[in-house]
Amino acid sequence: MTRSVSLHSAPAWLLPEYVEDVLPPYAAALEGVRARLLALLNGHGYDYVQPPMIEFLDSLLSDAGNELDLKTFKVIDSLSCRQMGVRADITPQIARIDAHLLGRSGAVRLCYAGSVLHTRPDGMANRREPYQLGAELFGHAGIEADLEILTLLLAAMQTCDLEQTRVSLGHVGLFRALARAAGLDARTEAALFTALRHKDVPELTACVAGLDLKWRAAFLALTELYGGVEVIDDARAQLPAVEGVAQALDELATLARGVSGANIGIDLADLRGYGYHNGVVFAGYVGGQAQAVALGGRYDGAGARFGQARPATGFSLDLRRVLDVMAEPVAASGILAPYGNEIGLRDEIARLRAAGERVVVELPGQEAWRASCGCDRILIQAGSAWQIQPLI
Amino acid sequence: MITLALSKGRIFEETLPLLAAAGIVPSENPESSRKLIIGTNRPDVQLIIVRASDVPTYVQHGAADLGVAGKDVLIEHGGDGLYQPVDLNIAKCRMMVATPVGFDYAAAVRRGARLSVATKYVKTTRLFFAGKGVHIDLIKLYGSMELAPLVGLADVIVDLVSTGGTLKANNLVAVEPIMEISSRLVVNEAAMKLKHDRIQPIIQAFKTATAG
Repeated sequence: MTRSVSLHSAPAWLLPEYVEDVLPPYAAALEGVRARLLALLNGHGYDYVQPPMIEFLDSLLSDAGNELDLKTFKVIDSLSCRQMGVRADITPQIARIDAHLLGRSGAVRLCYAGSVLHTRPDGMANRREPYQLGAELFGHAGIEADLEILTLLLAAMQTCDLEQTRVSLGHVGLFRALARAAGLDARTEAALFTALRHKDVPELTACVAGLDLKWRAAFLALTELYGGVEVIDDARAQLPAVEGVAQALDELATLARGVSGANIGIDLADLRGYGYHNGVVFAGYVGGQAQAVALGGRYDGAGARFGQARPATGFSLDLRRVLDVMAEPVAASGILAPYGNEIGLRDEIARLRAAGERVVVELPGQEAWRASCGCDRILIQAGSAWQIQPLI
Repeated sequence: MITLALSKGRIFEETLPLLAAAGIVPSENPESSRKLIIGTNRPDVQLIIVRASDVPTYVQHGAADLGVAGKDVLIEHGGDGLYQPVDLNIAKCRMMVATPVGFDYAAAVRRGARLSVATKYVKTTRLFFAGKGVHIDLIKLYGSMELAPLVGLADVIVDLVSTGGTLKANNLVAVEPIMEISSRLVVNEAAMKLKHDRIQPIIQAFKTATAG
C-alpha cells in the first residue's frame, strides 16, 4: 500500500528545508572531530571563546557589503525593540571580542566552534546550518601570521583524516593594486570582480574592452593564472610591475615556501570575500566536495567599528561538510549488563566503564529488543565471577 | 574519471569537433542510444546526457566536472560555483522580445506600467525590464511561448530566436534584442583545483579549437 501524499498540510515531524538532525553515529563523529580540532588549536595557543547565537544586527554585520546581510535571519528583540540577527558567520563576533573585550595591542589568538544559520543554502551546500570551526589571529600585520594560519589550516585538514586535499592560495591585494593602477571606477571594478570570480572569460573580455591594452592583458591574464606554485613566477612575467603586485606575489611565494611539501595551488582570480579580505586568501578543497570546505585569509581593519582597527587573519571550516567526506563512522557498540543487585555487579560495571567500555544496563522487560540495543557483548554471571560473552 | 555534461541536439553536434580536438571521441551517439552515460575512446573520460537547463546544476554539484551550457541557461541558473573559461561560440542565437505584428511595443514601454511577459527565462527577463524601468507581470512557461500573445495570455514574449521562422509562422515580430547567446564551457570550481592536471588540457584544447 502506498502512503497518500497530502499537498495541503505538512506533517508535524517535517523540518524546514535544508535543516537537518545529525544522528548517530554521525553526531558522535562530529563531536569527536570537533574535539580533536579544538585540541590542535589549543596546542598552538588559540584560546577558545563562545560568542552568543544572537546579537544586535549592528555588531553582527561586518562593513563588507550585503552578502552577509542577505544570509542573516533577523528578529526584533522584544526587550530593546532593536533588530537582532542570528549569526551567519562567527568571524565578526570574534573580531568584536578581540577589539572590544580584550582590548590588547599584541597578538591575540582565538578559536571557536558553533552552528551558524543561513537564510538560504550557501551555494550548493544543501544546508542552512553549517557548523563553523575556526581560528583567528589578530594584531600582526606580517605574512608570518598568515603562514601560521595556513599551516594550521593544513594541520586541521590533516586532523580530519581527509584524503585528496588541496589548499588554493590567492591574493585580493593583487587585483586591488591592478584596479587602482588602471584607474577603474567602482562600477567597472565590480563588474570585473564578478567576471573574474567566475573565471568568466567572455564576460571579462567585454568588461575590459574599453581599457588600455596593458590593463586588458593584465586582467585577462588573471583568469589563466591558476595551477601549481609555478604560477607565481608566471605572474611576475605577465603582470605589469605596479605598486602592490610584486609585494602580493612575494607574500604568496613566502607562504608556498613555508608549507612546501603540502598540496598547494595558486589561483590569482580567487577573489572570494573581496571587500572583506585585503591580503592573501585560502580555500581548502577535498575530493568528493564540489565546493571549498575551508576558507580564510587576511582581513585587516577588523574591529574598527568596535573601537580598535586590528590586523587580522584566520580560517574557518564547515565541520558538517568535512563530516560528509570523512570515513564512514562506525556505530558505537558496547557491553549489555543485567539490571539487578547481584553481588559485585555494580563494581564490575564501574570497573568496565572506568576502563573505557560502554556498558548499557538492560532495563527489566527489555530482553526482546536485545538485537537493537547497540551492544555486541553481554555481561554474564558465572559462579561468583562476571564474564563477558559475545551477544548473538 | 572526468565527466562532461552535454545536452542532446545542437549543443552535442557542435561540441563533437571540439571534443575531437581534445582527443575525445564518444563511443555512441545519444540521438540513437538511450544510454545517459556514454563512454569515450579515453577510459578516464565519460559524457553524461542531461537536459540543457540542467547542465549547470550537474556541474555545480560536482556530478559532472565540465559541461557545455548556453549563456541563457547560465544566467537563469546564476553560475555560482562554476567557472566559465571559454566562450565556445557554438549554438548561437539571440534572446529577443517579440510581439504580435501590429502591437505598439514602444508605446507600451513608454507607459512603463505592467506589461505582461511570457517566457521561460524569468530571471533574465526580470533584470532586462527592470533595467529599462518597466514594470512587468511575468508568466512562466515551459515551451511554445509564441502561442501566449496569440491567445491573450501575455502582451509580449521573451524567447530565443535563431532563424525567426517560428515567429514569422505565428505572425509575431522581434522588437528588441536582449543579448547574443552562445554556449560556454563550464567547469566545477573544486574539480578545477583538484583535477587540474587532467582538466587543464581539455580546456586548452577547447580554447584553441574555438579560437582557430
